[in-house]
Amino acid sequence: MRAAAARRDAVSGIPAGLTREQLLELYYFMRLTRSLEERLTNLYRQGKVIGGLFRSLGQEADSVGSAYALDRAAGDFLSPLIRNLGSLLVMGARPVDVLRQYMAKGTSPTRGRELNVHFGDLERGFLGQISHLGDMVPVMAGITLTFRLRGQRRVGLVYVGDGAMSTGAFHEGMNLAAVRRLPLVVVAENNGYAYSTTLERQTAVRRLVDKAKAYGVEGERADGNDVLAVYEVTRRAVERARAGDGVTLIELLTYRRKGHAEHDNQHYVPKDELARWERDDPLDRYVRRLTDSGWAEPQALEAADARVASELDGAVALVEQEPAPDPLSALDGVVADPPAQPRPWYRDGSRG
Amino acid sequence: MGPVAELTYLEALRQGLREEMQRDERVFILGEDVGRYGGAFKVTEGFLDEFGEARVIDTPISEAAIVGAAAGAAHLGLRPVAEMQFIDFISCAYDMLTNYVATARYRAGLACPIVVRGPCGGYVRGGPFHSQNPEAAFLHTPGLKIVCPATARDAKGLIKAAIRDDDPVLYFEHKYLYRRIKEILPEDGDLLTPIGRARVAREGTDLSIITYSAMVWKSLEAAETLAREDGLGVEVIDLRTLLPMDDDAIVATVKKTSKVMIVHEDTRTGGVAGEIAARINELAFEWLDGPILRVTAADTPLPYAPALEDYVLPQTADIVSVARRLAKY
Repeated sequence: MRAAAARRDAVSGIPAGLTREQLLELYYFMRLTRSLEERLTNLYRQGKVIGGLFRSLGQEADSVGSAYALDRAAGDFLSPLIRNLGSLLVMGARPVDVLRQYMAKGTSPTRGRELNVHFGDLERGFLGQISHLGDMVPVMAGITLTFRLRGQRRVGLVYVGDGAMSTGAFHEGMNLAAVRRLPLVVVAENNGYAYSTTLERQTAVRRLVDKAKAYGVEGERADGNDVLAVYEVTRRAVERARAGDGVTLIELLTYRRKGHAEHDNQHYVPKDELARWERDDPLDRYVRRLTDSGWAEPQALEAADARVASELDGAVALVEQEPAPDPLSALDGVVADPPAQPRPWYRDGSRG
Repeated sequence: MGPVAELTYLEALRQGLREEMQRDERVFILGEDVGRYGGAFKVTEGFLDEFGEARVIDTPISEAAIVGAAAGAAHLGLRPVAEMQFIDFISCAYDMLTNYVATARYRAGLACPIVVRGPCGGYVRGGPFHSQNPEAAFLHTPGLKIVCPATARDAKGLIKAAIRDDDPVLYFEHKYLYRRIKEILPEDGDLLTPIGRARVAREGTDLSIITYSAMVWKSLEAAETLAREDGLGVEVIDLRTLLPMDDDAIVATVKKTSKVMIVHEDTRTGGVAGEIAARINELAFEWLDGPILRVTAADTPLPYAPALEDYVLPQTADIVSVARRLAKY
């Protein structure tokens, strides 16, 4: 049945062996990413988001397409960065949990201890990042080393950006993974800016993918705003990793259309540059591709939009009324044993 | 319990590591030159042959990657033991340890049971970058544990306890002690030193010396001199673990002698002694009959020439003279 559908889809020219169902699923995740961030923007303006809000506007295709190339059933695993909300959603993160994180609720996956998309789920196959860029590369080297030691055919994927690639941790992790030919895919999102710093001031190479040569690993480059191209290039890298052929560095060309976070008005960005990339919106492009090629009916896309809207309505309503964490819970879980440290004597009025 | 043997501090450490690797196949070692070469000090000599390349991994010179990769493996249930060739190089992994590893459980509920071990300490003419004592840099980081064995028994007992611990443990082994001290130990798979518990290395009622690592031996030597020449009964507390600190043992000795000095090899300013003194101040101030005094290294990088190194590092005579001053209160 599935094979028959795939044959039909092959005839219709859908790339990379994807089915129509999968094409729609990719659309759903891209739409969910954008809409969830739009809801978060509203909540941010209402003062309900605690701290900063980080948008991935214009980068939804690179997150969703690359994560979608992993095999979740096989236990593949990824580590996102701040603009990879789409990757988390593909791996099974729930919008309620993202909302809880951004609103610092006691019900959040980190119990209010960590911000935004800094959360993980070993079962679903993603590991929360820390703010120190590059650090997740050595950690994912350890994750994929463990796959190897256990004889598992699982693959890891780690995101870096044009900025993270300047760190020492990136270099050390990349080199270790390369030397041991670990099953790791390193996705470098080239979105033009690290906060306000342009690529030209970040690195002397013009193509991030050229750095692959220095590590002795495969390098590929793709249009990060074309979700199908992203999927295809990542899929090839995942297959190489699973076959034991080691690390691939993928450069995805995309663009950060918002500031570093919502507070940043991007005054350093040329207006015509922004307008050019707005015309290359990955969601609009994908919708045109789906409808022009006859791969999806407009009604199917509208149904996906409606599903996203309804899911987010429910999630926001639920999370808004959830409680903040209990202050005393701040003291537990620093180490496994003892379970909690004593309350400071000047806080409970008695000398401990 | 197996046969007994006289083991050096280094051999006891090696035996503890080997026993844990035999006992638990989740335990593996990674570091620079730990495999084919057997480690710069031969702590892991013979391990490659016994356990194979999958469990004794030679890495590039990348302390951050060694610790980061250990953390990733630990998240998935393995028990990595990462070696820093000299503990001086742990500073290259400071970010990974303090930001990633130490926070993992708290921020994400992620277990990170790794051991990071390596040779610390001076008195070996190693100069500024092969002699350091980095404990104070990590004492300030919630989420880490720090152990500093002084005896062969604890070298073994603490490495085993560290590997079995569910949290990240920094294990600082003193290279001066590696081959200089010996102890008769049973070949006992369950010879464990509990983390977080000090021991009384010598009983006394007149004055307490709180110390750890190689300074335990200098303090015992000083206590011997003070007993012989001054008739003073000096109690020596070997902390063994710095984090979490054994407040009960510290308070108990303060209540017993009411005079406390703290001896450590690390530099003075911001050192562990300051934290111990602050705890005594909070928990047992009214029991004190004199100031809490410190004997530590001078606040310099550690110089190389014997005349300079000996001048900067604490010596037994320093402990004796400070103890005499304190005894007068």
